[in-house]
Amino acid sequence: MTLLLTHSQTEGGGSVLAAHLLLEQQVGAVVGSARCDRSGARWAGCSCTLVASDVDFCQTHTGALEDESEPHLVPNTAAQWQTAASVTTGSLFLEGDEDEDTCTIAQADIAAAVDLAASAKRFELQLDRFGPYRLSYTRNGRHLLLGGRRGHVAALDWHTKSLMCEINVMETVTDLTWLHTETMFAVAQRKWLYIYDNQGVELNCLKRFHAVQRMEFLPYHFLLATASETGFLQYLDISVGKEVGTICTKAGRLAAMAQNPSNAVIHLGHSSGTVTLWSPSAKAPLVRMLCHRGAVRAVAVDTSGSYMATSGLDHKLHVYDLRAYRRLHSLLLPCGAGLLDFSQRGLLGAACQEVVQVYKDVSVCPSQKPYVCHALPSPSHSLRFCPFEDVLGVGHGQGFASLLVPGAGEPNFDALENNPFRSRKQRQEWEVKAFLEKIPSELISLDPRQLGQVDTVSLEQQHKERAERLGYDPEAKEPFSPRRRLKGRDSASRRLKRRKEVAAEEQRALIRKSLAAKAEAQPAPSKAGAPAACRSALDRFQK
Amino acid sequence: MAAVEEEDPCGRELALSEEDEVEEVDQEGAAKKHRQLVDALTALVGGKRRRAVERTEASAQISEFDVGGGGDKVQLSELLQPVSASPALRPIQKQLKKAQQKKATEIPLSKEETERVVREAAYTQTAEALNKWDPVVKKNRRAEQLVFPLQQESMTIVPIEEVMSGWQARTPLEQEIFSLLHKTQQPVKDPLLTPQEKISLKAMSLEEAKLRRMELQRARALQSYYEAKARRERKVKSKKFHKMLRKGKSRKVLQEFETLRKCNPEAALEQLEKIEKARIEERMSLKHQNKGRWAKSTVIMAKYDLQARQAMQEQLARNKELTQKVCPASESEEEEAGDNPEAEKDLVPDVVNERHIGMDSSNPWMLGRTPAESKEEPNVPAEDSGESEGEGEELLMANEKDLLQESDGQWQSLKHQRGSAGLQGPSKEEGPADAPPSPPSREQPFLSEKLKRVRTLEDLEEDLEPEAIPQEDEMLQPKEAQPSQSVGAEPPLQPQAGKSKKSAKHQALIDLETVLAGAPYPTQCPLVPAVVQDELESGISQRQVIQEAFASDNVIDDFLKEKREAEEASKPKAIDLVLPGWGEWGGVGLQPSKKKKKRFLIKPAPGPPRKDRHLPHVLLNEQRNILAAAHQVNHLPFPFENSQQFERSIQVPVGSTWNTQRAFQQLTAPRVITQPGQIIHPITAEDANLNRQGDRSTAKVGQKPDLELSLPPRQPRPPHISKKKDR
Repeated sequence: MTLLLTHSQTEGGGSVLAAHLLLEQQVGAVVGSARCDRSGARWAGCSCTLVASDVDFCQTHTGALEDESEPHLVPNTAAQWQTAASVTTGSLFLEGDEDEDTCTIAQADIAAAVDLAASAKRFELQLDRFGPYRLSYTRNGRHLLLGGRRGHVAALDWHTKSLMCEINVMETVTDLTWLHTETMFAVAQRKWLYIYDNQGVELNCLKRFHAVQRMEFLPYHFLLATASETGFLQYLDISVGKEVGTICTKAGRLAAMAQNPSNAVIHLGHSSGTVTLWSPSAKAPLVRMLCHRGAVRAVAVDTSGSYMATSGLDHKLHVYDLRAYRRLHSLLLPCGAGLLDFSQRGLLGAACQEVVQVYKDVSVCPSQKPYVCHALPSPSHSLRFCPFEDVLGVGHGQGFASLLVPGAGEPNFDALENNPFRSRKQRQEWEVKAFLEKIPSELISLDPRQLGQVDTVSLEQQHKERAERLGYDPEAKEPFSPRRRLKGRDSASRRLKRRKEVAAEEQRALIRKSLAAKAEAQPAPSKAGAPAACRSALDRFQK
Repeated sequence: MAAVEEEDPCGRELALSEEDEVEEVDQEGAAKKHRQLVDALTALVGGKRRRAVERTEASAQISEFDVGGGGDKVQLSELLQPVSASPALRPIQKQLKKAQQKKATEIPLSKEETERVVREAAYTQTAEALNKWDPVVKKNRRAEQLVFPLQQESMTIVPIEEVMSGWQARTPLEQEIFSLLHKTQQPVKDPLLTPQEKISLKAMSLEEAKLRRMELQRARALQSYYEAKARRERKVKSKKFHKMLRKGKSRKVLQEFETLRKCNPEAALEQLEKIEKARIEERMSLKHQNKGRWAKSTVIMAKYDLQARQAMQEQLARNKELTQKVCPASESEEEEAGDNPEAEKDLVPDVVNERHIGMDSSNPWMLGRTPAESKEEPNVPAEDSGESEGEGEELLMANEKDLLQESDGQWQSLKHQRGSAGLQGPSKEEGPADAPPSPPSREQPFLSEKLKRVRTLEDLEEDLEPEAIPQEDEMLQPKEAQPSQSVGAEPPLQPQAGKSKKSAKHQALIDLETVLAGAPYPTQCPLVPAVVQDELESGISQRQVIQEAFASDNVIDDFLKEKREAEEASKPKAIDLVLPGWGEWGGVGLQPSKKKKKRFLIKPAPGPPRKDRHLPHVLLNEQRNILAAAHQVNHLPFPFENSQQFERSIQVPVGSTWNTQRAFQQLTAPRVITQPGQIIHPITAEDANLNRQGDRSTAKVGQKPDLELSLPPRQPRPPHISKKKDR
């Protein structure tokens, strides 16, 4: 009840979540199983198994792997273990029985099959008073931020379900996101952008960031990228509080935004069916892709940064390869996906109105049927996979749902990078180190390895200028002049011949090399050529 | 001059004061005045010309020094004329003459010039001194690691004598031993080594050994060069060259002999013997007598030709000269010697040299042939054998040729056989069923010509299409065809498109519509949004609704337009230098001619191809990120030669996580290591071993190797040795 008291000063429904969480905690403690949503229990009775194909799984996973009732799935011998381990590493996916699709398995069944700690991660929060909710997870997946459109903002440690703060900003909340740690978060309100700390105290009001629609935080650059209603893409360096870049995209309202985690490029979806890629240092988009015939509704980029999923008003979901800018697959969803998100292990979550679908292996070959499917009580408003957890958080019109998606999160975390179990001291030290390793915003480009490359353009320029200044090229190789032979074979023509022989030697070596490489690349034609060689030219006259 | 100038104004003042009395003075006075006036005026004008002082009136006191006639120079000789008369003054006269002939000493250089000269000299000297340091500096700069202080004190074992300095023999036994040691010159206390050992230790340090080795190497090199030169000279075919060489040598020998005779008679005698030997040789040979081909011909010519006669005479003179006994013997002997050759010649009959018929043929020396001739005989069979060998070789060659021809024939026959087999094998005996790999079985029928057409055009097309079409598909939509085929829900469009012509395929590659129009396959989901369910119930097709909604939106055209604009903007622009009306008629309605336009339109080189030229739905920004470029490396650090090398080197992680401990330590080793508490003195010549190098050079100058002395002085030095010295 303490929680209730501390946050009772907030307006109206401020205490809603607190009460809810309290109830959750009690239920979890007493009953020993998390409260399950029974709405999806239509397929109750079908068996559900979790197959472990990895030896060293992490504690953070949804938990107990073996179903005792089906011992044949558990490898008995060492050889079996080995084969199982060699298939994939760290994969733990849902597998149905024969002729049973995994998408028909209800969340309740999954929660029932897993251990208590994991099943506690399946929960729902019914918050129907402050409208559809946006949400954000911290980078280590420990903390959750919820923001209702009607002003309800709540931050909580969702593992322990302890509330950090709960406020009502008394304004429309369009989007919100955690900053680098769980101590600060940014909320885009009706007019301006606000920064709060984890006690709900307003730290900053950024009036230059006007009518922000979507926000993304770039963790390594400490940049908060915001996309506004008026078509402005703005970058705020939160470490120094400076506005790094303001770009007018000239593309109207920006409602779809995603970041590429591998190179910190911002992807924006436009109403003209294009997706544009931005960096703060360029005034024009780095890439403009025509993805849909209608407007783009949602964009998502996977963790490796090589695949992008887009969904449009034409009800299609396209998967693009960002390395070649080519489309790999396209799916036709029943209502079109309004929200997209990639999990750490490459599962693609798509929300079509009140139905949430999760697709597996989208980059390889997407199956016809989703991997996991779940229906919400009301249309979804935001969708995020929780890092390092097999959890998909969905904010909808009547609250928030935390769904179990086996195999979604990365089981192995780097404790020096993102530690879900870090202490306060560790967090503070990490913060200092992260600030020291902050990457300048100018370095955001399509190729993240650009810094490691020599700037050839200015290198050549400098070389040219130096040659001009000196009057000769100091690095030029002086042309070969053949030595005069003392005895014979030293005529002028002979010497010229020798010089020419040497002159083309380098080029010849290159050509030889490339030919050899070609020959290696195509071993098949040489085989085919063998029978042709033993045939003579006269053979064609044979009747 | 200064004094005169000072006087002048006084004169002027005087003149001015006397101007009033001009009328009263008589004629004489007027003339004087006039002169004074003129003087004053000239002074006023500022002319510095001085009139020669004239003596106007005679005076008794004429200075003996004033010779008068300022223009005439007094000659010394004129002055001395009276002196020359007396013979006692002659030496003085001579001295004076000498002094007259001597040139005046040059003016010493001005201060600036002397300073400049000194400066230049100082500069060259210091530069020389500093240049010595260049390699040291370079070496230290390139060193991966420097440990300071540079001159590390080597870990020396403290000699026992130092330890035992305070020790003395006390007991009788000790004293006895010491006395023994003293007797045998063994070291007792102070130096623990015997003098011999010491000398041997001192004899050769490493540096000296190195120097010695270098010198030896040099000597060897020089020797080899000398040998090579000698060999080369020996091989020279020019007779003239050798003649000159020989003459030179003989002249030298003679000169030496002359000198020897004067200073060292014994050595001269030895030399004489050598000359004697030459004489004997000359007498043995008929080289300079009239027996040779040339001599005979010249003898014939000598009757008519004076030159030939002279040459003949010369030849004979040479012969005489050579056959003369050089030794300073008695005159009688000389006479004898003078007659000798002819007498000897007469004495030895020709018969001696002729071959004796009845002699034993087995003794080659008795055959009357020279050994060279006798040598030839055994050569004959050898030559024969050589010939036979040659013949054998020829035979062999012929055999080989035959063999080759045979083998050729065989090979050809084999080839024929094989060819026929190759043709028949797969076609008849084995059949195409046996050869599943398509290329050989497919190519066979192309080449074998038969009356019946083996394959028709249709067949060809059928064969080719499965290859060509999938490629196109892959290019267009990679992997898109696969799932559709596997699923089979929708019949793929590509096969139909594939049947069309090539141009159509090419268009398809570029056409944006087709790129976008990849057929999506619908998903089957157990849960469907409520809206869709309603629609399904009501029966309105979603597709229709969407198409209606976006019928007006011409998204693709907009994008294409945008892309075209971007492409245009990125193209380098042509410079138009056409001046209308220049060289032709101009005015309203007149356009410059096409020829002119073509000539004055400078077309830039086409830029690099756009990266998105094969991606119709993508517009890539090709502008360079200047802000990021500021952080990039824009010059190659020293040891790297190209950028790839450098990039690869900085890609290598340095951390201990990715490296072994040893590698990590090596990678992160500091460039400079200093030891705490050690004083780092500035580098000295000793540290850098500069002094020793200097010593070496001086040593070389003082003491040359023997071989060098024996070499002719004009022989050019081998280049690389001189280079070494430069270093």
